[in-house]
Amino acid sequence: MKIADFSWVIVGPTIVRELAEHGATVIHVESHRHPDTGRVIGPFKDNKPSIDSSAWYAIRNANKYGISLDLNKPKGQDIAKRLILWADIVCESMTPGAMAKWGLDYESCKEIKPDIIYFSTCQFGQHGPLAHYAGYGQLGAAYGGFSYVLGQPGKAPAQLYNNYPDFIAPPYMVATLVAALLYRRKTGKGIYLDESQVEAGATFLGPAILDYVVNGRVAEPLGNHDPYMVPHGIYPCLGHDRWLAISVSNEEEWQAFLTAIGNPDWSKAPRFSTIISRKENEDELDSLVAHWTLNYMPEQAMQLLQDAGMPAGIVATGEDLFNNPQLKYRKHYVFLNHTFIGRHAYHAPAFRFSKTPYRLWKAAPCLGEDNFYVYREILGFSEDEISDLMAEGVITTTADISVLRPYR
Amino acid sequence: MLSSYQVLDLTDEKGFLCGKTLADLGTDVIKVEKPGGDTGRNIGPFYKDIPHPEKSLFWFYTNLNKRGITLNLEAKEGREILKKLLTKADIVIESFEPGYMDSLGLGYSELERINPGIIMTSITPFGQEGPYSHFKATDIVGVSMGGMVRIYGECGESPCRISLPQFYFLGSLHAAAGTMMALYYRELTGEGQWVDVSCQEAVAQSLMDVSSWWDLNKVNIKGTGAWVVSPRPKPLGDLHVRRVWECKDGYVVFVFAGGAAPGMVASSKALVELANENGMALEIKDYDWSQWDATSVTQEEADRLMKPIADFLKTRTKAELFGEALKRSILLAPIQHVGELVPSPQLKHRGFWVDVCHPELEDTITYPGYPIKVSSFTYHPQRRAPLIGEHNEEIYIGELGLSKEDLTLLRAQGVI
Repeated sequence: MKIADFSWVIVGPTIVRELAEHGATVIHVESHRHPDTGRVIGPFKDNKPSIDSSAWYAIRNANKYGISLDLNKPKGQDIAKRLILWADIVCESMTPGAMAKWGLDYESCKEIKPDIIYFSTCQFGQHGPLAHYAGYGQLGAAYGGFSYVLGQPGKAPAQLYNNYPDFIAPPYMVATLVAALLYRRKTGKGIYLDESQVEAGATFLGPAILDYVVNGRVAEPLGNHDPYMVPHGIYPCLGHDRWLAISVSNEEEWQAFLTAIGNPDWSKAPRFSTIISRKENEDELDSLVAHWTLNYMPEQAMQLLQDAGMPAGIVATGEDLFNNPQLKYRKHYVFLNHTFIGRHAYHAPAFRFSKTPYRLWKAAPCLGEDNFYVYREILGFSEDEISDLMAEGVITTTADISVLRPYR
Repeated sequence: MLSSYQVLDLTDEKGFLCGKTLADLGTDVIKVEKPGGDTGRNIGPFYKDIPHPEKSLFWFYTNLNKRGITLNLEAKEGREILKKLLTKADIVIESFEPGYMDSLGLGYSELERINPGIIMTSITPFGQEGPYSHFKATDIVGVSMGGMVRIYGECGESPCRISLPQFYFLGSLHAAAGTMMALYYRELTGEGQWVDVSCQEAVAQSLMDVSSWWDLNKVNIKGTGAWVVSPRPKPLGDLHVRRVWECKDGYVVFVFAGGAAPGMVASSKALVELANENGMALEIKDYDWSQWDATSVTQEEADRLMKPIADFLKTRTKAELFGEALKRSILLAPIQHVGELVPSPQLKHRGFWVDVCHPELEDTITYPGYPIKVSSFTYHPQRRAPLIGEHNEEIYIGELGLSKEDLTLLRAQGVI
C-alpha cells in the first residue's frame, strides 16, 4: 500500500502513521516554506526549538519518508502529480480549498488516476457554512460540546489540553479507509472520504445527545462525580500531588470497599447506609474516602482495592505512564533513533495482531531527510535533475527563520 | 460498503461501539445477548427517563444498526449454536475478562480451528496479558490510568475527568480500526487472526504530547484549567496563556498567540482590530504578533497583551464573537453544550443528524450520524437497536436452519 501524504498537524499524520505501522509505504510532503505546524510545537530536544527537534511532530510521523517540495511552484505541482500516480491513497488535512488551488484535489487526482482513494480531514468537513473556517482542535473541542462538560459544576469550563476530538477522528478514518480499500478490491472503483473532526467528536457524546433530543436534558459538568455511582472521584494520596481514581457501582462493591478500608466507624452511620443517602451526602463521603487514601501511595491503594475486586487506578502522569508495569509488559513505548533528536519514545498502537505484528522501524524524518531516496529511487529523477530542482527551489532546502518561533 | 461481511458481537458495554462502527460501514452485525438481555441495557440515560431494558438511550445509540439474538454461552447447547454461527461469520468481537472465552472452549485457537478465516477482536481495559490484565476499570479508573485525567482540571487542584464516559468508546473505536486492518489482511491471504485491544493504550496515545514532554524534558503535563502552560526552564519559568475567556453570556476559546503557526498572527491582529473599532484595546494596537515567541516572551508581557483582550471579550456574546471570528478569520469558537451543538447550521448542512424510527415507542429519534462522508454512499441506519431476542427466529430458523420445535425446546432450557 502506497500513500502520498499531504496532511499535517495531528489528525491526518496520525491516520497515516497507523497504516505505516502496519506495512504501508508513506511519503510525507512538506516544504521549508510551509513546514508541518507540528515542527514548531514543543517539546523540543534540550528545549531548543529548531525545525528538526520537535518530538510533537516526530511521534506522529514515524515510518514515513519525508520530502520537501514547494507546491506553490508549477514544477512542484507536476512532481506532486507523479507522486499521485505512484500512490494508492492520497490524503490531506488542509483548510478546504487549499489542495484545489494546487490542482491536487480529489477531482484533479481522479483524472490522472481514476481508482485513487483520497481522504480529506478537517474541523467541519469540506462543505457547509463553516467549512472554510480554519480551525485548530481546541476550537473544535469547544464548538463540539467537549469543553462544556469538563470542570466543576458552576465554575468556568477548562480547556482540553490534548485537543481531544483530534484523537477520535483518526481511528474512524483508519476503519473507513480500509473499508474503501476492500470496496476497491471488489469493484475497482476509487472513493473520496470527507471527514469532519467536530462530528467525530460528537459521536462520543452520543448518549448525551440523545438525552437532549429525547428528554431535553443538557449534560452539565459534574467535576469527578457520576450520576449513577457513589463514591466516584479522584482522591489525594501520600506523596506530592499524587491521586487515585475510585468508583463504587453498586451495594456489593460498596461492601467490598468498606471491607478493604477496614470497616471504619463512620461507615455505619445511617447517612451512608443506602446509595440514595450516600449520594445525598456525597461531599462528606468524599472527604472521608480522602482521609483513607491519604495514608497510601496511589499504587498501594490501587493494589489493595483491586485485590478486593474493586475498580481503582492511579491518576497517571507522563512519568507514571513510562513506569506503568502494564504498559511496560505490552512494550507500549518503542524507542527509535531520530537523526536530530537521538533516541526517543514512540507509541505502539492500541491493538496487537497475533500473526502480523506492527513494526516501528524508522524515526520521523528531518525536513527533507529522504529527498534523495524518494526523488531518485521512487520517482526516478537523476542526480542532475535533483540538483537543478534544488537550485530552483522546487525541492526546498532552507528554512525561513520565523518558523523557529513557537506559538506555545 | 461491506454488506457481504458478518460480525458476531459478544461484547458488553465495553465493546458496543466497535460493532456499531462496523455496522455503520455496512457489515451485518449480530448482537449476541444473554437470555433476558445484556447488562448494558441498564445504563442510562433512558427514554423519557423511564428506566427499562428496552428504553436505554445508551443501548439505543451503541447498538444502532445491529440485529439481536439471545444465547446462553454458559450452556453447552449455547456454545454449540455459537460454533454453528461462527462457521458463517467473518468477525467475532468480545470484551470478557481475559481467559473467559478460553474457559468456555471458545478461545481463539478453538475458533480458528472451526473457521480459519475468523477474526477475533478482544477489547479489554488493559489487554489480554500482563500484571494489570485482570484489573477492573470503570470509565474514571480507565481514563486515569491512561493519563487523560491528569491533564485536565484547575491548576493546583484535583485532576478532572470529562463528565461523560470516554474510556471504552476510545478503545472500541481503535478496535474497529484494527479489525478492519485484519480483515484486509485476510482478503489478501485467507488467514484470520486475533486482535488484542488495550483501552489504556488507546488513551495513552491520545494525549497529544504528554509522553514526549516526559521523555525528552522530564516534564509532567498537568491540568491548567482555562490556561495553556508552556513548560520552560528557569529563569524565565512556565508561560501561562489564557485559552478559555469569559464573554457576556458564557465562554469562548480564543487561541491567543502569534509567531510561526499559520493563521495565528493574522487572527490575533484581527481580534485586536475588532476591539479597536469598538474603542477598546487601543494600548496594544501596534503590537507585532509575528514577534511573539513562546520560548522567550516574559509573563509580564503576555499579561499586558491579554488584559485588554479579556476586557473586550466580556462586552460581547458568544454568537457576536463567533460571527466576527468567521468573517475575520479569528481563531475563536464558542464553548457550546449539546443543546447548542444540535441546531448547528454546519452539522445540519452536512446531513449529520439522522432520524431513526422506533415503532414500538411510536416515535422517531434524531441520532448523530457517521462523521465521514463516503462518495457514492449515503449513510442511513438500516434499523434501530434490537429489542431483546428480536431476531431469534429470523436468524436461528431462517439462517441457521433450526426448526420451530428446536427453538421452543432451547427456549425452555434457557439456552435462548
